[in-house]
Amino acid sequence: MREEPVMNGANSAAAPGGYTIDICMAAGCLSCQADLVKDALEKEISKHGLGDTCSVRGVGCLGLCMAGPLIVVEPTGVMYGSAVSADAEAIVKSVSGAPVKRLELNAQQPFFSRQVKIVLENSGRIDPEKLEDYLAQDGYAALSTAVTEMTPPGVVNRILKSGIRGRGGAGYPTGLKWGTVAKSTGAQKYVICNADEGDPGAFMDRAVLESDPHRVLEGMAIAGYAVGASQGYIYVRAEYPLAVKRLKNAIRQAERAGYLGSNICGTDFRFNVDIRLGAGAFVCGEETALISSIEGNRGIPRPRPPFPAAKGLWNSPTLINNVETFANIAPIVRNGGEWFASIGTEKSKGTKVFALAGRVSNTGLVEVPMGITLREILYDIGGGIPDGKKFKAVQTGGPSGGCLPEQFLDMAVDYESLAKAGSIMGSGGMIVMDETSCMVDVARFFMEFCMTESCGKCVPCRVGTCQMHDILAKITGGTATMRDLDLLEELCDTVKSCSLCGLGQTSPNPVLSTLRYFRDEYMAHIQDHVCPAGVCQMKPARTLAEVAA
Amino acid sequence: MQSRQPALEGKPSAPSPNVAAPVADDKRWKLVNATMRRHGYQSHALIETLHTVQEAFGYLDDDSLRYVSAALKVPYSKVYGVATFYHFFTLKPQGEHTCVVCMGTACYIKGAPALLAGIREAIGVESGQTTDNGRVSVLSARCIGSCGLAPAVVLDGEVAGRMNAKDLKDRLAGWMASGRAVEEVVPQ
Amino acid sequence: MSDTVKTLSIDGQDVSAVENQTILDASREAGVEIPTLCHMDGLCDIGACRLCMVEVAGIPKLLPACVTKVAEGMEVTTDSPRLRGYRKTIVEFMLSERNHICSVCVSNGHCELQAMAQRLGVDHVHVPYRYPKLPVDASHERFVLDHNRCILCTRCVRACDEIEGAHTWDVMGRGIDAKVITDLNQPWGDSPTCTSCGKCVNVCPTGALFEKGRSVGEMIKRKSFLPYLTQMREGKK
Repeated sequence: MREEPVMNGANSAAAPGGYTIDICMAAGCLSCQADLVKDALEKEISKHGLGDTCSVRGVGCLGLCMAGPLIVVEPTGVMYGSAVSADAEAIVKSVSGAPVKRLELNAQQPFFSRQVKIVLENSGRIDPEKLEDYLAQDGYAALSTAVTEMTPPGVVNRILKSGIRGRGGAGYPTGLKWGTVAKSTGAQKYVICNADEGDPGAFMDRAVLESDPHRVLEGMAIAGYAVGASQGYIYVRAEYPLAVKRLKNAIRQAERAGYLGSNICGTDFRFNVDIRLGAGAFVCGEETALISSIEGNRGIPRPRPPFPAAKGLWNSPTLINNVETFANIAPIVRNGGEWFASIGTEKSKGTKVFALAGRVSNTGLVEVPMGITLREILYDIGGGIPDGKKFKAVQTGGPSGGCLPEQFLDMAVDYESLAKAGSIMGSGGMIVMDETSCMVDVARFFMEFCMTESCGKCVPCRVGTCQMHDILAKITGGTATMRDLDLLEELCDTVKSCSLCGLGQTSPNPVLSTLRYFRDEYMAHIQDHVCPAGVCQMKPARTLAEVAA
Repeated sequence: MQSRQPALEGKPSAPSPNVAAPVADDKRWKLVNATMRRHGYQSHALIETLHTVQEAFGYLDDDSLRYVSAALKVPYSKVYGVATFYHFFTLKPQGEHTCVVCMGTACYIKGAPALLAGIREAIGVESGQTTDNGRVSVLSARCIGSCGLAPAVVLDGEVAGRMNAKDLKDRLAGWMASGRAVEEVVPQ
Repeated sequence: MSDTVKTLSIDGQDVSAVENQTILDASREAGVEIPTLCHMDGLCDIGACRLCMVEVAGIPKLLPACVTKVAEGMEVTTDSPRLRGYRKTIVEFMLSERNHICSVCVSNGHCELQAMAQRLGVDHVHVPYRYPKLPVDASHERFVLDHNRCILCTRCVRACDEIEGAHTWDVMGRGIDAKVITDLNQPWGDSPTCTSCGKCVNVCPTGALFEKGRSVGEMIKRKSFLPYLTQMREGKK
């Protein structure tokens, strides 16, 4: 096993008037050997004796993941993509002169220029393992202001004014949630950060945790002050070991510097943060199941009411918010609620980070203001569909969401519009599909996911997802009848209405949305025994004679 | 079932004196004890402790489960229920090498099923199985968060993005042949 | 100490209930029977079977009566064509999930699942049967566990944990593959924690848990001991 990559070793001090070569060291680029490229860059700097004017720095996610490893040279702003170790010499030599053309990426292209960064404002610009870098970007200034100059209700009010809604998917007004927890009575209150990002196709939270962990800690601490909690937990999925490592490091640094622990910023406010690991259960992204998991149990959801805000972790009032929600808190406290509310639409304020993936040219992370159209995201920023293929659908909201066809390309992306169109905002995953995807197979894929992730407590979800999946498998296998389709639609309604938690309740959504917009594909499979996209392997149809024989 | 409030103040309770680590001088048990001690031997430390056991021993066997059950005062059936609920934990020893194929949406769209088919062709195992010679275990994950580099696999703990069936088959063949980790630059 | 009294209407009937009472309890006191399977007097309610879902005016979602507390002015509907349809489907889900063959079962004629199906008018199952291959554990000296008849109501788990205190039973795995187990998924007869008290057998609603030596239709469960034990525990009169 290769050793852990060292962020910043020998050449880490940036010389004044000198050049810094920033290279992304988040999980995506690391999987493209970014650490080897970084080592090579440092060696070349030593070799050519440029240590006084040039240094290498590991930074966080720069967003354009498919072009990793990504490099930005400061202060010139030259950007390189897909660098390999062998390019190190050329890059190092080019810092003061002309860029290396064959590696250069346009740093002004729409992918970068059209983004509005709040959550990702530090991503790719600071070393996530250095507290000083975070402090230099006004880090912990908001926390300091909150605990020394504002009252807890004042903080809650500012969040309310901002209009921010939970970024985990449900979109519940964050200020309202904070207010409820603040008013709940209990000797001990908790703040939980939901970093269980289980939606397949979503990696926004991962990027924030790996690229700017202090941001999340600051948000949690401000929340603790606002609601009266002294203990915080970050529930991170086990599949994100680098995020866990960077968080642990950040917690240690923050404690040493007095931003966590006792007497924060010299006041008598104390707030501790501990990490709790997930262990591979999508259902633990549901807040009551997450709480059950932190309590050391199976991740089984509990009926709500009572809501966690009143009775949560160990029956105490608990505030649970998503990573991205916490990442917005410090800027809101710094710049004011009105500033945040001036971005976005009337009911969906601020920005949203989307994980663009699938059949789109520029896959990676983008942060855009609410209200931007799908077309702008997918074509202007995303670069459109590659290989000359045609856009078919975009899937949002993961297994709880829906697939939107061409007619919605000019729709504004916000909570209400997406819901009206039959999908949801979700956590931010946006998977693009072209004519090579079969929409029935996509529905089957998501139902299979829900079936294997179901906790098994309630009958409608445990058995219903299995029955619905079997019908979808019959359809993609070419053996279904129209009666099967009727049954499928009936079961969707039962499971949606009777399931205990969001997993079961939203499991029919991909089926319902593909039935709504791509019913012809279902008909083709059932009646014509054909998969229009050519994906499904169907058993050959038998003639009546063969059946009778 | 009521969940017990953790002891907020006071000394953590030590494990009962009759409980000895299965192999007393195996240093890996020190790591497990350290995790339990860090959480004050409270029952809610169960998942964190099972993580340490799996990291140290590679999997969770019955003896480890009994030891943790006694130390944290959690009933056997509850420990087993937790160990089998979470897919990250395994009760079977893994092969020398592990290949995790991501089956998230982006990877699925970009060809993860073809990778699994390739694995089946090359070494004859499905996801969740280990080869007969104990060299390679294949697993699938629901999403590892490398969607920008779909399709992604994790080879012995390292993420490899933009994987294709041929390169994956070559890598697995190398593992099956030599049995040692082959240091190759994963193709970009 | 006086608890506040709440007034609400259940199926058009005005009912008074005590604060913190569940809709299920309030309904039963008013003589309205709501179907349940995972509920058992004396055990904690978990809201798992979803048979007790009711409609409440002004709330778009259905609510489980066994865990939802009454509120002043609530208008509850416990019976409607929509609810009846869902309840039938849920029972059919249970019947299709595993292998429930009444004609050879020790609980034939005395089974809560069978009685529920009859009560709701389930005369056929319109979802495909799954026919899973599930084992029978007859290793215990006095009792047998037949997974084929289990509906995962978890009454056995709760009874063993809350009443007997042994916590021999729990659930392993998840979703459609979940199963009740004893200790480390060992044969019940080898269990070091089981006290052989038989409480789990008597709270089990079907023929999944039964006493050895019973033939078809002969397993009659004795539930009368349970509320008595609960009253002793909670010091009620």
